[in-house]
Amino acid sequence: MSALGAVVRPGRLSLPRSLRSDAVLLAAGVVLVAFVAACLFAPWLAPYDPDATDLGNVLAPSSPEHWLGTDQVGRDTLSRLLYGARTSLVGPLLVVVTSTVLGVLVGMVAGWRGGWLDATLSRVLDIAFAFPALLLAILAVSLFGKGLAAPVMAMSIAYTPFVARQVRGLVRSARSRPYVSAYAVQGFGPVDVALRRVLPNIAPVVLAQATVLFGYALLDLAALSFLGLGVQPPTSDWGAMINESRGAVLLGQPLTAVVPSVAVIVTVVAFNLLGEELGDRIARRDA
Amino acid sequence: MSGPLLEMSDVWLRLPEVARRPVLAGVDLQVGAGEIVGLVGESGSGKSVTARAALGLLPPTAEVEGRVTVDGVDVLSAPAADVRRLRAESVAMVFQDPRAGINPMRRIGDHLTESARLTGRRRDLDAARARALELLDAVGLPDPRRHLRQYPHELSGGMLQRVMIAGALMGSPRLLLCDEPTTALDVTTQAEIVALLGRLQRERGMGMLFITHDLDLAASVCDRIHVMYAGRVVEQAPALGLFEQPRHPYTAGLLASTPAIDGGGTRLRAIPGVPLSLLEDPSGCVFAARCDRVLDEVCRVLAPPVVADGVRSVRCARPLEARTPRHALRTECVS
Amino acid sequence: MSAPLLEVQHLRKTYRTHGSTVTAVAGVDLTLPEGGSVGIVGESGSGKSTTARMLVGLEAPDAGRVLVHGQEQVAQPRGRRERLARARALQIVFQDPYLSLDPRVPVGAAVDQAVRLHTRLTRSERRSRVLELLTQVGLGEREAALLPRRLSGGQRQRVAIARALAVEPDVLVLDEAVSALDVSVQAQVLNLLADIREQTGVGLVFISHDLAVVRYLCAETLVMRAGEVVERGATDRLLREPEHPYTRLLLSAVPRPGRRSEVDGGTALSGRGVPAPGR
Repeated sequence: MSALGAVVRPGRLSLPRSLRSDAVLLAAGVVLVAFVAACLFAPWLAPYDPDATDLGNVLAPSSPEHWLGTDQVGRDTLSRLLYGARTSLVGPLLVVVTSTVLGVLVGMVAGWRGGWLDATLSRVLDIAFAFPALLLAILAVSLFGKGLAAPVMAMSIAYTPFVARQVRGLVRSARSRPYVSAYAVQGFGPVDVALRRVLPNIAPVVLAQATVLFGYALLDLAALSFLGLGVQPPTSDWGAMINESRGAVLLGQPLTAVVPSVAVIVTVVAFNLLGEELGDRIARRDA
Repeated sequence: MSGPLLEMSDVWLRLPEVARRPVLAGVDLQVGAGEIVGLVGESGSGKSVTARAALGLLPPTAEVEGRVTVDGVDVLSAPAADVRRLRAESVAMVFQDPRAGINPMRRIGDHLTESARLTGRRRDLDAARARALELLDAVGLPDPRRHLRQYPHELSGGMLQRVMIAGALMGSPRLLLCDEPTTALDVTTQAEIVALLGRLQRERGMGMLFITHDLDLAASVCDRIHVMYAGRVVEQAPALGLFEQPRHPYTAGLLASTPAIDGGGTRLRAIPGVPLSLLEDPSGCVFAARCDRVLDEVCRVLAPPVVADGVRSVRCARPLEARTPRHALRTECVS
Repeated sequence: MSAPLLEVQHLRKTYRTHGSTVTAVAGVDLTLPEGGSVGIVGESGSGKSTTARMLVGLEAPDAGRVLVHGQEQVAQPRGRRERLARARALQIVFQDPYLSLDPRVPVGAAVDQAVRLHTRLTRSERRSRVLELLTQVGLGEREAALLPRRLSGGQRQRVAIARALAVEPDVLVLDEAVSALDVSVQAQVLNLLADIREQTGVGLVFISHDLAVVRYLCAETLVMRAGEVVERGATDRLLREPEHPYTRLLLSAVPRPGRRSEVDGGTALSGRGVPAPGR
């Protein structure tokens, strides 16, 4: 019975399941390695100074000198893309780390303690859910000024309910598992069981969720930069690059806008796929 | 049709993705009209897969050899439409967990009349509803009209299993496959359901394949029993004969390790070791590693022969003598 | 010492759901002598599992007391000392061997965790103690390094037993501990439990729906139905001459070869189905 159940599940493609998911994981992995490599090695990889303007060579098309052309002030698009990866990594990373830590904290307390505390925290989370992250970030910018700090803080708070709600559910279902009851009967204290026994068991799922959140955060922060509320010029940033090249698009030179757009899309999709695939694998392992 | 309702001959089934050994290895099985045949085995013995093979419900990666015919139709090679019609008209299945087989968001009545709903004709639906009422009554539910409007969660496990049995009978099947139909139920409920299945089978002259891990239960329900181990039918015999004189060491071991309510002694004769996993594929006899009658130079090398006498058969190189009576004590309680 | 090993007095538990009260356990009393074993038999909704959970402190009873060696067991222990003392009085083995072990912890380490919590042994002393416990339940060093998912159901249940014994409890509660196992493996575990009782003198409270299984392990048996003990007595007597109609019904429902069940299969006996407590 159980042996059959594992195979009977219909696949979407005819490719063997393991092969298909391996391919997804590999593709997403390659994109992410490239992304992180760009962040770490931008100074060595970038052929030009990302901020060096060359007004004699603006909006140049793709060429052996400038693989991805130049922008409206003659800066090398490839170099700006590589350096831009750094801001695109740091922002979402801060958001994800902060919201995950906060979310795990709130979710564990709510799920483990239960009762009135859970009810109160859950209501607060429901209310927080009602605020779109982007709106909250714009509000923060109008209060604390432009730059990376305000939107990152606002979005960390806005993303926390996602994590908290998930962790609460995981903790509640783990609590009713016999192995958790067994720890309690053996004499382990509740804090010990929650932090040292239950948390490691739910960590992989939380990590998968964090990966997906990273993609969303990257997208939201790019949108803010595009609106001119995020990272300020001349710092290279993918969202800001799209914004700055609006004029060029109107002039019939879409390359400078297309390149950062593609970078955002590919990275976000890669993070999403990776997160979902990790989640799938965890679900299958636990089944 | 005069032949057996279900006939499996030399069926082999491999699942290369999950199993190193064949999941079924040369299974022979017949169920005639009006007959209850038991299929007994522990987890991984292949008993559920056997039933699924009879319905043509096998995973796409399965490699199957041999012949499976239901009501004369070759399930493995017939066109999909024929097999579907077979499932709608000739053969039905009752599963272990009634809650897993029913949509919790839909009323009992909608579940029972589902296939009539698909045709979309008013007349079919009315006929199906009338039949559902009749069957809910036949399976002993107290208030069929009310049950049609109820949701699954409003019924106890035992009552829901009655609903599932009624559902299986909607198409007037000639063959009923029961896969551990009482395992999820309480003892007293199990007794009710078993008695109900027996009555329905007699009244309707159905053939029935009754799958269970419980040898006592099989012996109380079935006419003939097949004992399976690691994908093989190791012994096949009339129920009482199997109980009084098990010939395969595994059957004997299973009987000795089953706690008896009226047996003597305070210690069980357990079979050592664990059932063969899907990843082990020993040469020779699959039971050799756990067998107390093993002959090393024979059993671990050669596949055991099938010894048959027309009534019963045993797949063993060194079966127990036909006349050692065992558990004679237990048969006294036939009153 | 005059106090019995385990004494349970008027244990009671009710749940409130949507205004109505469901009595899960309506006053259970039982006494277990030193090295004794008692069976609690019942169907779903009988309150036998709730009783087990109250015994080991996973549920707080509404009323009643649990005494081990005359010591009252606190319902909900606070602080390390109370928790450890409670743990050493009673341990439990659950039904599902697939869910009762931490999936992330190799089984040797799982036993070691319990040993470390309850003793001040050095690392090497713990190592040999863990091995000793695993050997006692028929497992070896090879299995100790494996994660639970690499073991069979029977092996996992052996680990769960070893883990419970690591605490060196006075009483071991087994809540349907062999129901999920294959027959041939179930027999091994039942024999193992009988051996362990003989060797260690641990008291057994064996909870099961299966009268035949209880017979092999328990000198005394309680039959529960809808939260109440309907019959109690020496297991042999109870099986031979059941007094309460429900005990007789349970016995008659046990399948026997060559005999179609005596229980009427005509109609579902309404009122028999007792609503499950909680939820």
